Amino acid sequence: MANPFSAEDIPVITPTFRLQWEQAQDCYVILYPEGMVKLSPSAGEIMKRCDGKTNITHMIDDLNNQFPGADLENDVYKFLEVAHENGWIRAK
Amino acid sequence: MKTAGSEQNKLPQPLWLLAELTYACPLQCPYCSNPVEMVNVKNELSTGDWIRVMREARVMGATQLGFSGGEPLVRKDLEILIAEARQLGYYTNLITSGVGMDEKRVEAFKKAGLDHIQVSFQASSEELNNFIAGTDAFQHKLEMARSVKKHGYPMVLCFVLHRKNEDQIRDILELSINLEADYVELATTQYYGWAFHNREQLIPTRQQLEHAEKVAKEYQDKMKGKMRIFYVIPDYFEDRPKRCMDGWGKIFLTITPDGTALPCHAARQLPGLEFPNVRDRSVEWIWNDSPDFNKFRGLDWMKEPCRSCPEKEKDLGGCRCQAYMLTGDARNADPVCDKSPHHKELVELVERVGSLAGTPEFEAKPLVFRSMKNSKKIMKEKSAATV
Ligand code: SF4
Ligand code: SF4
Repeated sequence: MANPFSAEDIPVITPTFRLQWEQAQDCYVILYPEGMVKLSPSAGEIMKRCDGKTNITHMIDDLNNQFPGADLENDVYKFLEVAHENGWIRAK
Repeated sequence: MKTAGSEQNKLPQPLWLLAELTYACPLQCPYCSNPVEMVNVKNELSTGDWIRVMREARVMGATQLGFSGGEPLVRKDLEILIAEARQLGYYTNLITSGVGMDEKRVEAFKKAGLDHIQVSFQASSEELNNFIAGTDAFQHKLEMARSVKKHGYPMVLCFVLHRKNEDQIRDILELSINLEADYVELATTQYYGWAFHNREQLIPTRQQLEHAEKVAKEYQDKMKGKMRIFYVIPDYFEDRPKRCMDGWGKIFLTITPDGTALPCHAARQLPGLEFPNVRDRSVEWIWNDSPDFNKFRGLDWMKEPCRSCPEKEKDLGGCRCQAYMLTGDARNADPVCDKSPHHKELVELVERVGSLAGTPEFEAKPLVFRSMKNSKKIMKEKSAATV
């Protein structure tokens, strides 16, 4: 499947899902009716930036600044695709 | 619950807190899983008690909170509890029949921070719905379902299926589409409490199930990406049990209206439990240290055939309550399993019901509706039987 997002898109969390830091789990989680998905640290960092204000280019720049040395572009697109498939995010 | 790329924690945490706020309910569903002894449960927890319980469970790692009952809308302090829960960081679920709700309250809940409302229906037609519910509720439910959607909640509809409504499955799914549901739960009746009492009148036939499964599948394909439909085959018809509650004392913590803590909402009937109460004990002690919550944790409590079974990690021997109700010993294998010596009794029951279903004499036996009056009556009969 072609990736649903391009560099200019601004992903935002779908209102029927909730992203939250969970102290007890030590990770970000996505909450929805009667369920929860725990996110890996990198997935959490990406989801956190799906704030409805940041486009994907900026998101990647920001991540590369915070985690220098890693080339994250591919990972970001891959994760956004999965997140979109699950209905967690959409383009604003 | 699923994990996306992260380690599961070692110590179990009560991720799910089910707050049964009250046994009061304007409906009388004969498949209700509340205990038939409910008339004996008095002395509901106060607002302050619930707030303390929610705080303590949250610290223990609880994230999902279900307000249920009975009918949670009966509690006048529901708005206060929702606001507190949300502020604590819970994902808050209201599990309701919709009776006792109005537009204003839906709005107030939203303001309080409620995340999700699950509205249950008894059937897809007014006549059958109202018959099963024991009250005229259908039109109001439709209205409330629309209002839930309008206020931007994820729309989850729940239908409990059994012999009297199983054949309506197509209409049920059409109704769900019509109401723009995001999730539809086609729940099978679980034979606890009132449902166990009415078991013979509720068990579906094999033909009904085959039909239901086919139709559910058809709609799952058709509505892919738009509406998620959950359908599970009732375990009475299978030969391996379900992993119950994902394990005893593993993720679920139920608090009943009077403050009794249970590892599952049906566990009140099990003999030998001490029923710790949140009025006397902290949630932490109850979850980590109470004898009840440790009783069937892990695998060491098992008897044969489970003890030496290669599948024991997978299904954990099934449901303790079902094992108790059907075999008299909660440590036995759930008789849904065909390795259980009691399995054939279950098969016989299902076959007997299958052959008699639809015959006038068999169907003439009335359902016992869930009401305080009937609860009193059953309690009286029980105590008469033991003298
Ligand atoms: S199943 Fe029916 S009777 Fe039981 S609590 Fe729910 S709405 Fe009330
Ligand atoms: S014998 Fe026990 S553990 Fe093995 S499959 Fe049956 S219920 Fe599960």
